[in-house]
Parts: sequence; C-alpha cells; structure tokens
Amino acid sequence: MKREAIKDKIAGIEFRILSPKLARKLASVKIMTPELYDADGYPVDNGLMDLRMGVIDPGLRCRTCGSRVQDCPGHFGGIELARPVMHVEYISYVYDFLRASCRSCGRVILSEADMEKWREKLENAQKEDSLVQVDIGKALLRKMKNASKCPHCGEKQEKIKLQKPSTFLEDIRKLTSIDVRERLERIPDSDLIFLGMNIMAGRPEWMVLTILLVPPNTVRPSITLESGQRSEDDLTHKLGDIVRTNQRLSENISAGAPQIIIDDLWDLLQYHITTFFNNSISQVPPARHRSGRVLKTLSDRIKSKEGRFRHNLAGKRVDFSARTVISPDSKISPEEVGIPYEIAAELTIPERVTEWNIDWLRKFVENGEKYPGANYVLTPNGRKKVMKEAKEVILSELAPGDIVERHLIDGDIVFFNRQPSLHRMSIMAHRVKVLPFKTFRINPAVVHPYNADFDGDEMNLHIPQTEESRAEAKVLMALSTQIITPRYGSPIIGGSKDYVLGCYLLTKGNKVFSREDAMQLLISSGIEDIPNKKEFTGKEIFSLILPKDLHFVEDLEKAKEAEKNKDDSIVIIRKGNLVTGVIDKKSIGAGRGSVLQEIFKLYGPKRSLEVLEKISLLGSNVVMYFGFSVSPADTDVSPSLYQKVVTRLSDAETKVDDLIDLYNKGKLEPYPGRTARETLETSILPILNKARNDSGRIVLKEMTGKDRTFLMIRSGANGSPLNMVLIGSCVGQQNLRGFRINRGFRNRTLSHFKKGDLGSSARGFIKHGYKAGLTPTEFFFHAISGRDSLVNKGMRTPKSGYLQRRLVNALQDIKVFPDGTVRDASGTIVQFSFGEDGIDVSKSDGGTIDVDMIIRRHASK
Amino acid sequence: MTHKLVPEHRILKEEEKQEILKNLNVGVHQFPKILKNDAAIRDMEPKQGDIVEIKRKSRTTGEAKYYRVVVVE
Repeated sequence: MKREAIKDKIAGIEFRILSPKLARKLASVKIMTPELYDADGYPVDNGLMDLRMGVIDPGLRCRTCGSRVQDCPGHFGGIELARPVMHVEYISYVYDFLRASCRSCGRVILSEADMEKWREKLENAQKEDSLVQVDIGKALLRKMKNASKCPHCGEKQEKIKLQKPSTFLEDIRKLTSIDVRERLERIPDSDLIFLGMNIMAGRPEWMVLTILLVPPNTVRPSITLESGQRSEDDLTHKLGDIVRTNQRLSENISAGAPQIIIDDLWDLLQYHITTFFNNSISQVPPARHRSGRVLKTLSDRIKSKEGRFRHNLAGKRVDFSARTVISPDSKISPEEVGIPYEIAAELTIPERVTEWNIDWLRKFVENGEKYPGANYVLTPNGRKKVMKEAKEVILSELAPGDIVERHLIDGDIVFFNRQPSLHRMSIMAHRVKVLPFKTFRINPAVVHPYNADFDGDEMNLHIPQTEESRAEAKVLMALSTQIITPRYGSPIIGGSKDYVLGCYLLTKGNKVFSREDAMQLLISSGIEDIPNKKEFTGKEIFSLILPKDLHFVEDLEKAKEAEKNKDDSIVIIRKGNLVTGVIDKKSIGAGRGSVLQEIFKLYGPKRSLEVLEKISLLGSNVVMYFGFSVSPADTDVSPSLYQKVVTRLSDAETKVDDLIDLYNKGKLEPYPGRTARETLETSILPILNKARNDSGRIVLKEMTGKDRTFLMIRSGANGSPLNMVLIGSCVGQQNLRGFRINRGFRNRTLSHFKKGDLGSSARGFIKHGYKAGLTPTEFFFHAISGRDSLVNKGMRTPKSGYLQRRLVNALQDIKVFPDGTVRDASGTIVQFSFGEDGIDVSKSDGGTIDVDMIIRRHASK
Repeated sequence: MTHKLVPEHRILKEEEKQEILKNLNVGVHQFPKILKNDAAIRDMEPKQGDIVEIKRKSRTTGEAKYYRVVVVE
C-alpha cells in the first residue's frame, strides 16, 4: 500500500461570493458561439466545447495547460452577459439588502446613534469566545425594513416587493437588474456589517451577474453513443441556450431594437440562467430537454438523495465486500458466518510475508486460484502479479516483505451487516466459516440484532484489510461483545425458537435419561466434561452448559416458597446446578433478567458466547431427540366448551343491543364532552373486548399444557395465547382507523344489514374463530381491517425512517470526552455527565449498576 | 421564582465558577447558554459570564446538576 507523508493539512474551507474580476481571471475562454463542433467534428473555437476548457477526448491536448485527458483538471470559460442578470440563489439576500438600504444614498437605514450601539454588539458577537448572541435577521433587518425615511439623506423610502421568482417592484415600477446592481453598489463597505455580511466575503453587487462562468468540459463531458453520434450533457444544452439568448440580446441592443424586444430577451436570458443554476424553483417552469425530460442542472447535481453528497460521498461503493441471500444454520456458532466457497475465493486478506509464515503463505500461492489460494502478490517495488502462468516465477521470488493477498479461510474476522443499519448491532464482526452452497449462513440466534429473517433477506460482508482494523473489530465489534444492547443494558442476543423449546422440554418435570441418551445429547452439543453417572435428569443435562459456580435466582421474593414446594415455578441455579424451575424464553432468551444476562455480567463476553453456542446446539438436539410436531387438532375445542363460548358471546351481543335500544330511545346518558353516539361507541367497545377475552379464557382452560402447540407458546418459542384464541374461539372486533367499521353504504356497512343497524355483527364483530370459519360478512370486515393495517404500516415506516435520519444527522458528532462530558463537534458541552449518571448502559446491568451486589460478591470471596 | 416544574437555579460564586472551569478545563464559551433575561434567573440579577447551577430531577440519579453560562442579547 502506498502511503505519502502529510505535508499540509486543510484547516478550513471558506465560501465567498465570486467577484466578476476573479471570474474574468478564471475564464480561459470567452464563449461567443453556441456551436459545439465544426463539420469535421472538431471543437469550435470560442464554442462551448472549446479545447481551452480542457480535454475529454483521448489523444487531444488541452490548449490551456497542455496536458492530456488524465492530467488536465479542466478550466473555466466565461460568458460576458449583454445585460446583468440576477443570481437566483442570492435573491433572498438581495431582497433584504434592497429593503434595508436607502434608495438614494445607499446607506443602511439606521441612525448614527443606533449604528454605534449595534456595531459594538455585532463586533462583540463575532469574537470566538463571545457571550453575546445576536440574530441579525430578526432584530436589525426588521427595524430597517420598516423605516420610511433615510436618517442620512432624508430621502423618503418606497416599499419594495419581490415578485417571485426574481423581479423586484418598487411600488409598481419594475426595478431592472441594472437598477438593483446600482443600488447594491452604493452600499458602503462600512455598512455591510449591519446587513450581516462580512466585508471579506465580497460585495453585495456581485450577487447580480455580469459575467457567467462556464464549467469546464470535464464537468459536462459529452458521450459518444454506439452509433457514433455525440450526446451532450444537460449542462451543455443549458449553456447553449444561454449563449444563444445572450447573443441575440446583444445584437438587438447594438441594432437599437425597441425596448419591448430587448426586455423580452432579457427576461428569457434571466430564465435560462436561473434554470442553469436551479431547475426546481417553484413558479419557474423547469427547463426541458427536446424529448420532454427535465434537465438536470447544477443544484440537482448536488442536492438530495441522488446528489453528490448523499449518493457519491456518503454512499460510496467499496471493494472487498460481498452480498447474498442469508439462510439459517444452527450448527455453526452465533459468532461465525457461513460463506460460500465462490465468495471466499474472490475476497482476499493481505498478509505480509515473514520468515515465520513464508512456508504457510507459499501454499496459498501454489494453489493460485484454486480455493485456499491467493489472487495477487505485492512486492516492494509495487508490482502486482496475477497468478496462473507466472506462478513458478512468483513462487521462486517470494520473500519476506512481500504481501500475499490470500483467500478467506476459516477463522478470519469479517464485518457482517444488514440494512437498515439502525443501531450498532447492525454491523458486527464474525468469524469466517467457509461452507458449500451459495448463501451466507447465520445462526438463528443472531437474527434479532440484525432484525433479519430468511424470506429472501440479503446481507453484506466486508473484509477489513489491515491488522489494526482486524484488532479493533475483534475487541469492539465481535458479536460476543454486542450481546448486551446499549439501549437498555440487557441481552439482545439469546435463545429463541427451537433452542427455547428444546431447553423447555429438557428441563420440564423430572425426565430421566439413560447414560447413552445423555451422552448422545451432550457430545453432539459439544459438551465433553460429563460426570460418571448411570442416569441423568433433564435438569442435570442442562446444568452442564452452565458455569460451575453460577448462582441465579429468578425472583428472590418467591424463591423460598418455590423451593419448598418444588413446583418448578421459579428458576433457581445453585453452584451451576439447576435446582428447580423450567428453562424457557424468560430465562435464556433475549431481554431483561435472563440467566444469560447474569452470565455476561459475571463471566464476560467469551463465556456468554460459549453458553449461547451450547444452548443452540443442545436446544435443537433435544427437539430432535424427542421429535416435535403440531397438529390442527391442538386447537380443537370440545362441543360443550364451544357452547359456553357461544353463550358468552351472545350475552355480549344482547348487552350491546340493549345499549343501542337505549340510544335509539334517546335515553343514553352522554359522557361529559361527548355526544350520545360517541358515548355509545365507547361503551360498546369494552363489552365486546371483554367478551372476546372471556371466550378466549374459556377455551384456553381446556388447552393448557395439553398439546404441543401450547407447549410452543408456553416455552416462548413461538406463538401467543392470542393466536390460539383467534383460531379456536373468536376473532373479535375488526377496526378501521381506530373505530368499529362504519363506512361502506349509506348508513350501513354492507347491504346485508338494515340501514342504521349499529349491532355488533353489523359493525365488524367476528364471533367465530378461524377454525369454525367466518361468515361472508365477517370475512369482508376482516379484509377491511387487514388492508387498513397494511396501509398504515406502509405509511408509518418511511415516516419513522425520515425521523430517524434527521435525528442521526443531528446527533452524529456528539461523543463522550475523556473527562466524562458529552460534547458536540465544536467542543461545546451538551451534558456534564453522560445520561446524568455517567453509566455506559452497554456495560451496565439493565441500565444501572448494583453496587451492593458487587460489594457482596467481593466480600464473600 | 418557585414552581414545581421549574428546577432550582443558583448563580455560582466566583470561586465555585473558577473551580468548575478548572475541573472541566474549558472556557465559558463552550458551556450551554442561558439568556440574561431568562424568566428562571431574571430576578437574581445575573451578569454576563456568570455560571448558573441548575438542580434537576433525574430519572437516573435522582438529582443532577447542570451548568449554563449567562449570555446577553
């Protein structure tokens, strides 16, 4: 890698207004003709493609600097405007200046006394360590704009209006750009400070253009199409319009044409120059290409998502990266990432040859393009050799000091990322595991921090190229260091799905395993330190994955009683042994108060990862050992029980009907601040909700603990009791925009109901479960509600995304300094201690630090 | 001014001010600012450059101190 010494550093960048004088100096050509090329296809002198503005064709030389394509940076040209023209982007400043200065003497409309007072204030405010805050725009300009007489020459001031986009009216008389420029010229340098303008930044009259700089050819290169035809850049098209109009204007002026014609051409020139700078100004019709396509002019190149900043500078494409679909693999460690051979053979790590590793690296070079190989060898004289035929020579010349770019192998550190990268766990460092087939493989346990699933998600891979970056990645970004989220200080990575279910099945009740079965489970889960026993309980097997001296009590208050009853209601771990309790999602999953959090707190990242690895292996092995399948029959409800549900629901229906009766008779007492109708709705909702919940409870009573679908729910592996209720008992009220469904036909939701029917079934209450089947009207209401939530989701996501973007942009430079203060990029203090308590949540215990616990632990040692 | 929603404001003595500046090793211009005529401190006759200590209730620490430097318009 070539590195150059830093000779100079950029201390800052300052923007000023371009002066006509400098513009003339910069312009290496005067553009006089809109023509581009002559009959031979050679650029015309003084045309828009003049060779003095730089070369874009290979073979030609620049007529300004004499360099060829690669070396010539391009040079500006200039168009002398026949009449001055306003610069659109400065209009608002010019408007302020015109209103704040005298129309006759040009002085700022502020009395001498006021000037003295403000001058001191402004000069004070400009100092770097100033404690004076002044907003010129607000305080001063308003004062000046409203004055009716000039305090210096006594001239009466007229109101000036801006007629968008770029015309100034004094009373009703139009101010030409010449008038405007003259007025701005009259403002003395010493008065500029009151207008909020720095004298160093230039003169106000420079905001009215007399010469237009033409960007170099290199900025607007023409493209030669396959047919040999040339296609010009949008900017060149626009400049052609400007030159043409300017030419016509100047001819008409010298020919003494009538004022109307001159004014029309002048306006046209103004239009072309306006759209040259900015083609998306309201009130100005955008300039179009012949085909009707809107031209992409200067500000479009810079602005917004597809502009230079967000597209090219903040969004660069990088080498040493890969992207494919992800799929799950519970046999690899959460810290590993499975990488296809095809990708591993393409991505490389530069490794410096030393006496100690030369033999090892030589093997890679020998393999060449064949998998564990190398693609390039970099020698100190900077040569980069491709493999294949030259292999023998390269091998014989390989010496310490060279760099071999070898293929990825198992154990290399890589970055793995899924967009949107909303938090720091969206990019984590993994270890490479090269695998067959063409997808990236991840352990399902790390799906949560990436917010990934396997329905076609793609993820990105980046290979750090230096020792430093790999070391940083290992220490700061390794998956094991990211188990605790900095948002609330609890694990974000933990057991899920099969792992939870497996551990649940293993530890529930007092299952006994023969030594053979236990060995089978443990060895395949990577646990080799197995006690010499004839029989194992499930709890004993699970205990083997825990640290030997771990103490954990799920709930201190309930612990005593639970231990006495041995009712498995609470997880208690003593000396690394699961004494009582069933392991479920609460104890090994992500989230507050899990065993995993305790292990991380006491034993650190490495140990936590080991436990996690074993949980995932043991969990899935247990599920395979027992076998697990679910059946639709799991949600069956006995006829007698279903009758109870029906009764409960019709009870609710009657209650609702009674309320509606009351309302129809006008006897319903309205709630304060509500109409009777609103009161009816708010009274009906809880009745129906309660009915659904009750009917659910009735059904769940029969299901509890009996079947495997419910086992899944109980352990926290997947599904919720609500899912069971929806299937087996009652789907419940459907909503549209937060209310019962109330639209469709006139005074009714569907033509199946009577007009004005407010009853539960006419307004979207579904009294069947999915299994019993919905009636046609219920089905339709369900579809309405489903579409509503889909639309809502589609609108919320981009909204919150933009909110997030603004927040990130506002906060990105704020960091914690070594002294504990939180400061922004300028060093200004934001907080005196991070979060007011100075705690790094990602290294805390649920956002707090339990000092008593720490003391107790150390005292007992 | 006393109101349960307005945290306690207090203008620091010169020694206290100097100590805080020394501890943090910063100039007053890098402090968060408060206007001289801010309703919370107006009656204490603050001067430009004074440091105001604000005792706020905090979710994390119970009470947190915050400092602002007085600026004029």
